[in-house]
Amino acid sequence: MTHNTRLDLNRRDLLALGTGTVLIAASPLSSHAEQADLDQARRELFGMRPVTEGRVTIKLPPIAENGYSVPLSVEVDSPMTKEDFVKRVAILSPRNPLPLISQFYFSPGSGRAKVDARIRMSGTQSIQAIAEMNDGSLWSGSRETVVTLAACVVL
Amino acid sequence: MASIRLAVPDAANVGEVIEIKALIRHPMESGHRRGARGEVIERDIITRFECRYLDELVFAADFHPGIAANPLLTFYVRASNSGTLDFTWTDQHGTAWSETSALTVT
Amino acid sequence: MKRFAGATLIALIPACSAPPAAENATEIAAEDIVSGSIFLTAETRDLQEDNFANPGYLWVDRGEALFSKAPASGEACITCHEAGLSGVAATYPAYDEKAGRVLNLEGRINQCRVTHQSEPAWEYESEELLSVTAFVANQSLGAPVSVDVSGPAQDIYEAGRDYFQTRRGQFNLSCQQCHTENWGKRLRGDTLSQGHGNGFPAYRLEWESLGSLHRRLRDCDLGVRAEPLPYGDPLYVAVELFLAARSNGLEMESPAVRR
Repeated sequence: MTHNTRLDLNRRDLLALGTGTVLIAASPLSSHAEQADLDQARRELFGMRPVTEGRVTIKLPPIAENGYSVPLSVEVDSPMTKEDFVKRVAILSPRNPLPLISQFYFSPGSGRAKVDARIRMSGTQSIQAIAEMNDGSLWSGSRETVVTLAACVVL
Repeated sequence: MASIRLAVPDAANVGEVIEIKALIRHPMESGHRRGARGEVIERDIITRFECRYLDELVFAADFHPGIAANPLLTFYVRASNSGTLDFTWTDQHGTAWSETSALTVT
Repeated sequence: MKRFAGATLIALIPACSAPPAAENATEIAAEDIVSGSIFLTAETRDLQEDNFANPGYLWVDRGEALFSKAPASGEACITCHEAGLSGVAATYPAYDEKAGRVLNLEGRINQCRVTHQSEPAWEYESEELLSVTAFVANQSLGAPVSVDVSGPAQDIYEAGRDYFQTRRGQFNLSCQQCHTENWGKRLRGDTLSQGHGNGFPAYRLEWESLGSLHRRLRDCDLGVRAEPLPYGDPLYVAVELFLAARSNGLEMESPAVRR
């Protein structure tokens, strides 16, 4: 047997694959954060203190092939001296089940306020980083990544 | 059981900022996934990473379920004196895994 | 409705410019054979090529430790294989005289466990078997896949080819239809690969773990809503042999990183 007629994946096949997926995709993502959750997480971490955009550079790929392990790099512009250094950086998501992804703590002994990690992203979103300096000032940066969906979904 | 991979220079000049990479084997089970029978798979994650240099905390991280499985970190330390770097990962149950590395500073 | 926004967006991403499969092709032309790694994003390819950060090396490390450690009732693997096993994995699956059948690397490692170490075979997909397989496969990193399908392996090769070319599952799709006839085209957010096994055991982001080629084949069968075969099934070994022969000449990449 075996030599089947050749098939070009057409709209109907894609729909067939898609239908299965949409139903499945609905369950694991049944709870996810909204912008309001991100804002609340931010208030819990930093109160109502003003945040200025700038000094924080986030690198994320423009497109990630899935959200299981997306390379994140965050760097804060700081001399990292005893007088002037970054204390911590919080990484926040508006779409993951939990808005707070991670917090990184630095010291003058760090020498450089830069950290690379790999994060989970449940869908296309703009990740925000908020840096707290030793003088208490808060700075932020953000970056968007498009998270694509896999061809085949396996339960 | 835990496998750890560290990339740390063993020598540096005074004042030099060295790059450190630390990778640990861990599922970082988020607590948001469901098993084949629809049951929620319980959360099981590393919650804290610390790097001490000459017994002083120089870099740390709090992990939440948004950190990918088998967490990898790249960060920096400014070399001051010869001594040890200690790396510790602690999970939500308080279990800890550690590694040490010696740094010669000239 | 939010979660559907992503799917809509994906549909709008234009198909990438990979070469189309030749009309009615049942085989990929030799000059068109490419590894699955070319369909990855640059970031994921970088992770594969970083032999520190590639998480697959956590298993390779473990495999190396197991390879050097004597089990309770026998000698360590390294006692016989002191010079290492460079290039060996690239020749598997292979017909084994002693077993009288085709063995893949996992099967060959377990044969050593049982006959030379008097130890029980490791369970397929166990931590130990995956780790040692990854360690041995990694010693062929960069070597060209070179399996032999002549002689007694011929029938097994053909059984594997039949499996690959047979439509199955609720979607009624064969492996061939995606991975030979339509590779390079977009399916949702992915680009269809050619379905080679040269990177396995591989670290799949979706698994968040290292896994065997049989785990990947099971996922493919499940993907078309077919009943997957059990791990280590002789028919999957046959498919593995067919896939390896189909990719002869491609560089070994284990532990590769895949989506």
